[in-house]
Amino acid sequence: MMRVKSSAIVMTIYLLFLLVPIYWLVNMSFKTNAEITGAFTLFPHELTLRNYAVILTDPSWYMGYVNSLIYVVMNTVISITVALPAAYAFSRYSFMGDKHLFFWLLTNRMSPPAVFALPFFQLYSSVGLFDTHIAVALAHCLFNVPLAVWILEGFMRGVPKEIDETAYIDGYGFGRFFIKIFMPLIASGIGVAAFFCFMFSWVELLLSRTLTSVNAKPIAATMTRTVSASGMDWGVLAAAGVLTIIPGALVIYFVRNYIAKGFALGRV
Amino acid sequence: MALELRGVSRSVGGKVHIHPTDLTLQKGTMNVLLGPTSAGKTSLMRLMAGLDVPSSGRIFWDGQDVTGMRVQDRRVAMVYQQFINYPAMSVYDNIASPLRLMGRPQGEIHRAVQETAEMLKLTPMLSRKPLELSGGQQQRCALARALVKGAGLVLLDEPLANLDYKLREELRIEIPRIFEASGAIFVYATTEPEEALLLGGQTACLWEGRVTQFGPTPRVYRAPADATTARVFSDPPMNFVSCFKDGHRLNFGDTVNAPAEGAFADLPDGRYLAGFRANHVELNKHSGQAVEFRCTLGVTEITGSETFVHLHHGPDKWVGLVHGVHDLAPGSAVSIWLDPAHVYLFDSAGRLAAPAAYAQAA
Repeated sequence: MMRVKSSAIVMTIYLLFLLVPIYWLVNMSFKTNAEITGAFTLFPHELTLRNYAVILTDPSWYMGYVNSLIYVVMNTVISITVALPAAYAFSRYSFMGDKHLFFWLLTNRMSPPAVFALPFFQLYSSVGLFDTHIAVALAHCLFNVPLAVWILEGFMRGVPKEIDETAYIDGYGFGRFFIKIFMPLIASGIGVAAFFCFMFSWVELLLSRTLTSVNAKPIAATMTRTVSASGMDWGVLAAAGVLTIIPGALVIYFVRNYIAKGFALGRV
Repeated sequence: MALELRGVSRSVGGKVHIHPTDLTLQKGTMNVLLGPTSAGKTSLMRLMAGLDVPSSGRIFWDGQDVTGMRVQDRRVAMVYQQFINYPAMSVYDNIASPLRLMGRPQGEIHRAVQETAEMLKLTPMLSRKPLELSGGQQQRCALARALVKGAGLVLLDEPLANLDYKLREELRIEIPRIFEASGAIFVYATTEPEEALLLGGQTACLWEGRVTQFGPTPRVYRAPADATTARVFSDPPMNFVSCFKDGHRLNFGDTVNAPAEGAFADLPDGRYLAGFRANHVELNKHSGQAVEFRCTLGVTEITGSETFVHLHHGPDKWVGLVHGVHDLAPGSAVSIWLDPAHVYLFDSAGRLAAPAAYAQAA
């Protein structure tokens, strides 16, 4: 009985500890700048929605979210579309160098994106892709496609090859089999892979900031703007932070039952 | 209408899976592929289905060369040992899917699905998903999908191996009855000699990628062409003892001898390999001709009313299946009796020299 109690206490402390920064962010986003800088308050004494109002009415603020969402969704769609056939090939066929190629894919994740910022910047500038959504979406494919291939391959490996063969014997062509029979079988895998692509593209800052200036500027870059001549606008910054967390939290909610399998790259 | 394999072989990465094989399967027949695990049953089936391309040789269907034809364009159906269905579709859609792909009219599809489901007792489950069914029902769904198609060649790869004992018995009786009416060529792979005998038809015995014998099932059982076939087509495997024919006597091992009678009398003198099945071993002198072998008992396995006795006789290890429950101490000396009429003789190359007298009479 004592054990249960003490473990419950530890758990509570742990959760509190985890939630403190998030609570403080939400707390700040409802305060006025005067309260934030003037006093230590555990909850907003002067509850205000002004911070959110600023963001949701000023295009230079909310377009940051729109831009981010556009390239993140583009990236997710491209990554999954490219990774599906690649993962199928890796899971079903053996070809020369397949194991090395498969591992090499993952090594792309091992180098910091900063390494690629310079070549991407120069390349995109010279072909006229600079400051477009597709530029960021393509750049993020660098680390998202390999990840999606790994996750999907794990899920596909769990589907017996006999299903493919039975479908061919029944008369399915490859395309029809893949869409009608195979994709429903790995739907959770597609969901998890899409979630990871979404998340990594959403949180990536360096490439997205380097490759954009005005038209496709991501929210994370906009947030640095709050440092102005009149000082720091703490409240608006906090509200922007809360709004940045929301999409990730929403997406996590939808794939919550499969995330563990996704972290294990589908190999559970 | 027939499926003909001419010199078909397959090797993968230098390893031979199927040695060159000639085989002709006639329309409306049940053909059993009998062999132990990794004997090449599945490999041979995949070649017949067109899932694999033979390394050499040609495959003919109705006299037409179909060797390189896509599997989608062949009229085949296949059921695997694992229960393979389309998990995202209902049982109804599973059964209907091959017909839909053929572009049959809606009404006809509905009728065919209902009929097939009725035959396989799946009617109450039509709206469920395959994974919500029991193993036996899942396999019946797979069988229904193979059957509804009206394929000319139906391949069943150990379809009952993953089912429990009772369901297996049930389906084993149902399958030949269900498929008889369709007039297709059936190929049924199994590791169990008993299953081959129950299914009847023709049996091809496989051993290490080779068809050792192909013919009517009872004939293959009674007159196996060689010692390998005899070993494969007996459960437990056939027992062997070296034999030397000297004039009118057959000398088994070092100590036991019996008169060479019937077909054995005409054989030239020399070394042979004598084989007998487990069920012909008795623990008492059951006939006037029976000869006695003194053995050491290994273990006994009691299966209800019968007992498997594992025996050591000199260098040979035998298994006998005797009636009644015999609880004998391991390591004890035991005498078994064998009627020479139940003995097969194989020559030094392993080919059948003379079948057992009982088999000739039958």
